[in-house]
Amino acid sequence: MNKKLFRSCVTPVAAVALGLIIGAILIASQGSSPITAYQAMLVGGLRDSDALLRTFQKATPLIFGGLAVAFAFKAGLFNIGGQGQLLIGAVFAAGVGFGLDGLPMVIHLPLALIAGGLAAAIWGGIAGALKATSGAHEVIVTIMLNFVAGNLTDWLSSSPWKDNSGDRIIARTPPIEPSAEIPTWGALPVGFLLAILVAIMCWFVLERTTFGFQVKSVGFNKDAARYSGIRIGVITASTMAISGMLAGFGGAVESLGVDGRFEAGVNVGLGFEGITIALLARANPIAVIPAGLLVGLMQAGASRMQFKADVAPEIIDVIQALILFFVAAPTILRWILRFQNQTDEDLKLGVGWGSK
Amino acid sequence: MVDVLIGAQSVTKRFPGVLATNQVSIELKPGRILALLGENGAGKSTLVNMLFGMYRPDEGSVIIKDEVVNLQGPSDAIRRGIGMVHQHFQLVPPMSVVENIVLGAEPKKLGLVDLPEARKRVLELVTRFSLDVDPDALVEELPVGTQQRVEILKALYRNAEVLILDEPTAVLTPQETDHLLQVLRDLTTRGVGVVFITHKLREVLAIADDIVVLRNGQVVGTTTPSASSETALAEMMVGRSVLLRVDKTISQPGEVVLEVRNLEVDDDRSQRAVNNLSLKVRKGEILGIAGVEGNGQRELVEAITGLRASEAGEILISARAVTNTSPRKIASLGVGHIPEDREKHGVIGVYSVEENAMINRYHRKPFSLRGLLQRKAITSHAKEVVNEFDVRTPRLDTAVATLSGGNKQKLIVGREFSGEIKFLIAAQPTRGIDIGAIEFIHRSIVKKRDEGAAVLLVSAELDEIIGLADRIAVLFEGKIVATLDAAEADREQIGLLMAGVGVS
Ligand SMILES: Nc1ncnc2c1ncn2[C@@H]1O[C@H](COP(=O)(O)OP(=O)(O)OP(=O)(O)O)[C@@H](O)[C@H]1O
Ligand SMILES: [Mg+2]
Repeated sequence: MNKKLFRSCVTPVAAVALGLIIGAILIASQGSSPITAYQAMLVGGLRDSDALLRTFQKATPLIFGGLAVAFAFKAGLFNIGGQGQLLIGAVFAAGVGFGLDGLPMVIHLPLALIAGGLAAAIWGGIAGALKATSGAHEVIVTIMLNFVAGNLTDWLSSSPWKDNSGDRIIARTPPIEPSAEIPTWGALPVGFLLAILVAIMCWFVLERTTFGFQVKSVGFNKDAARYSGIRIGVITASTMAISGMLAGFGGAVESLGVDGRFEAGVNVGLGFEGITIALLARANPIAVIPAGLLVGLMQAGASRMQFKADVAPEIIDVIQALILFFVAAPTILRWILRFQNQTDEDLKLGVGWGSK
Repeated sequence: MVDVLIGAQSVTKRFPGVLATNQVSIELKPGRILALLGENGAGKSTLVNMLFGMYRPDEGSVIIKDEVVNLQGPSDAIRRGIGMVHQHFQLVPPMSVVENIVLGAEPKKLGLVDLPEARKRVLELVTRFSLDVDPDALVEELPVGTQQRVEILKALYRNAEVLILDEPTAVLTPQETDHLLQVLRDLTTRGVGVVFITHKLREVLAIADDIVVLRNGQVVGTTTPSASSETALAEMMVGRSVLLRVDKTISQPGEVVLEVRNLEVDDDRSQRAVNNLSLKVRKGEILGIAGVEGNGQRELVEAITGLRASEAGEILISARAVTNTSPRKIASLGVGHIPEDREKHGVIGVYSVEENAMINRYHRKPFSLRGLLQRKAITSHAKEVVNEFDVRTPRLDTAVATLSGGNKQKLIVGREFSGEIKFLIAAQPTRGIDIGAIEFIHRSIVKKRDEGAAVLLVSAELDEIIGLADRIAVLFEGKIVATLDAAEADREQIGLLMAGVGVS
C-alpha cells in the first residue's frame, strides 16, 4: 500500500521539482538569484498569518477547480468549462449575497453558496445532458459555454445587477450583505475549510458510494458499465453537473469570502487552473488539497518575490505551465529521470480523452 | 545455419504475489511449430511476452538465433525478426490492408509514403505466402480470420522469421482455423518458425511438431503429437484425468421462459443481422444456437439482453415483454449473461477481482445499502466465487487486467452463476478456458438447467453445442434454418445446415 502511494507520488513530485529547477534557471538568466527569489516566495506565502491567509485564499478556488476536473475525469469526461462554471457560481452567489437582506447568517450564507453551486451545476449539466442525448463532445461544449458564461456575467454585472453607487465605471455588483460573507478565523478562511470538506466528500462519494462506483465504471469501461445495467447518459449528465457545481463553489467562495462582490474580469483564467491541479493530483480528490496548496503558495508568494528579487511574477505562471507540461507528459519526465515503467497508473488518466 | 531460432533459458518471471514462470526453458528450431499448452494462468502468455520483449525476465535469458539477447522492448524483438499476433489485433480499422501492413515501416519517396510501392510489396507477400487478402479492402470490413491474416502479413512484411501467436484460434470459426493452420504449415516450409498457444488439443495434435506443457509456471512435460493423444495431453495439463464429454440426464422442459417472436435486429453497420427470428427456451432445457460466427448470434444475444435495439418483433421473458428495455430491467428478471466479448463487456480491467465479482449486482443488497457500498459483503462474495470457480488470482484486490485470459473468463462465469438465475444466456462460455475448467463450467451449466433454469447457449464450438444442448437451433444469415433434437442430431448434417446447404 505504502509502496503504491509512494509510486503515485513520484511523477507529480518530480514534475514540481523539475518545474522549479527550470524556473530557477530562467530566474538566473534574468540576472536575479533564484535562491533569493524562492526564499522570498516561501516567506511571502508562509511567514505570518497574513501570508498564510493569502496562501489559503489562493488555494481555495484552485482546490475547487481541481476537484471539478478530477471528478469529471473519473467518468472519463474532460471538463474544460471550469472557467465558465466558476463565473456563473460567482455571480449567482453574489446575486443572492447582495440581493437579499435581513436574513440571519446561518440562512443567508448557505443560501448564497447553494445558489452559486446550483447555477454552476446547471451550467455543467447542460454539457453533460447534451453529451448524453446527442453525443456532443463535452470539451467543445464546455469551451463554448465558457464564452457564454463570460458574456452573461459581464452583462449581469454591468446592467441588471450593476452597482450604481460610486463612480459607476466598473462593471460589478454591489457589495454583498455582511450576513452572506464567509468569515475568516485568524489566518484560516472558512472557505478553505469548506474546500477541504468538499474534497473529502468527493473522495467518499467516489470510493464508498454506489453512485461513485457507477461514475468510475463509466470512466473505465463504458461498454462493461452498460452491460452491468448502468445508465451511461444519466451518469454522464449528473457527473458533469457535480463537476460544474464544484467549480461553481470555487467562484462562490471568491465572491463571498474574498472579493465581497462579483466584479467582471476579476476571476478570468482562474477556472482553467483546475486542470493543472487535477493533473498534479492525478485526479485523486484528496491529493487535490496539497496540489492546490502548493500552487496557492507560489501565487501568494509571487508579489514578494517580485519585490525582493526583482523577478516578474509571471515566472510563477511559467513554472505552473512547466509543471503541467511534465505531469501531462510523464513519458518525457520518465525519460529525463530514467525511472522504470510504471504503466497502469498513468494510463488511467488517459481514459476518455478520446472522442467516444 | 541457425540452430535455435528462438528460445528461453531457465526464465523466471515474478509478478506481485505470483511466480508466473519458474525456470522455464524452451527452444524452437527453424521450420518447426511449437505448441504451448497449459492451464489458465500457467504462464504461457507471460512466457511468449518475454520472447517478444514485452516483459523482461527476472532470471534466465532469451535466445534469438543462437545468441543470448537482452530485449529492450517489442520493437527490438521485431528488429531481430520476431513477429507476434496478439489476440486483440493491433490494427487501425478505417485504414486499408496495405496501409495497416506498412504502418510504421512505410516505403518512402521524397519523404512521402510511397503507397504504390507499398501495395506492390504487399502483393508480393500475398502471393509468396499464398495468404488470401484483398490489399485494398478496409480492415474494418474484414472478418476476424482475415484480419488475423493481415496481422500475420504485418509480421512477414517486417521480415519475421519467428511468428508467435497467443490463442490465435479462440476467435476463429472452424473454417478459419483450418485455413490458419494451413497458412502456418506453409510458412514453416519457408523456414519460418511458429510458437503458438491454444487450449484446443485437436489443433495441437494436427499441426505441432513439438509440444510443451506448462503448469504453475513450470514445464511439466515435452512431447510430440505422435507420442501423445488428447486424453494424455489433457491429463498432463491438469494433472488428473479429464472427462472430455459431458454427463447429463434427459431434460425435463417446463414452461416457456424466453420467447422471441419475429425478431429483427440490425448490426453495427445498420444491416439486418437477425431476420424474422422466432424461438422458445423452456425452463429446464438448454437450447444451443449453432452457426458460423457472424450469422446474427451477437446481435440476437445483445437484443435479448437489452444491449442493442430491436427493429421489429417481440422478446418475452417469463411472459413479460422486454423488447427494447434496459439491461438493468432485463437482468432484474433473473437473467444471467456470459458475454461473448469478455474484455469489452465482461470485466472492468482496473477494478479488482472483488469489484468485478459483483459488477452486475452492485446496486442491490447486500452489496449496496442506502447508496453505500458494503465492502464486507463484496469481499465475502468474491471469496466464494473465486473458490468455487477456481479463479487463480494472487489476491482479491488484484486488478482484473493482470489475470490470465482464462481466469478472467472463469470470474465472469462464476459471477453470472452466483445469483438467482431463471434464464442464462451463455455466449462462448468456454472461450480461452483450459480443458479442466471447461469440464467444470459445462457441469455447472447442466446443474443450472437441472435446478430449473432455462439456458440459451451460443457457441462457435459445434462439439460444445452437441455435447451440452438438449435442442439445437441452427442459425444461418440471421434466420433459424432448423431446430433439431440433440439426441438425434448429426454432426455432418448440422455442419451442412450451418453452411447454408439445403436451406431454401
Ligand atoms: N501484468 C501482470 N501483472 C500481474 N500478474 C500477472 C500479469 N500478467 C500475468 N500475471 C499473472 O501471471 C500468471 C500467469 O499468467 P499468464 O497470462 O501467463 O497465463 P496463461 O498461461 O497465458 O493463461 P490463460 O490460458 O488463461 O491465458 C497468472 O497468475 C497471472 O495472474
Ligand atoms: Mg494467456
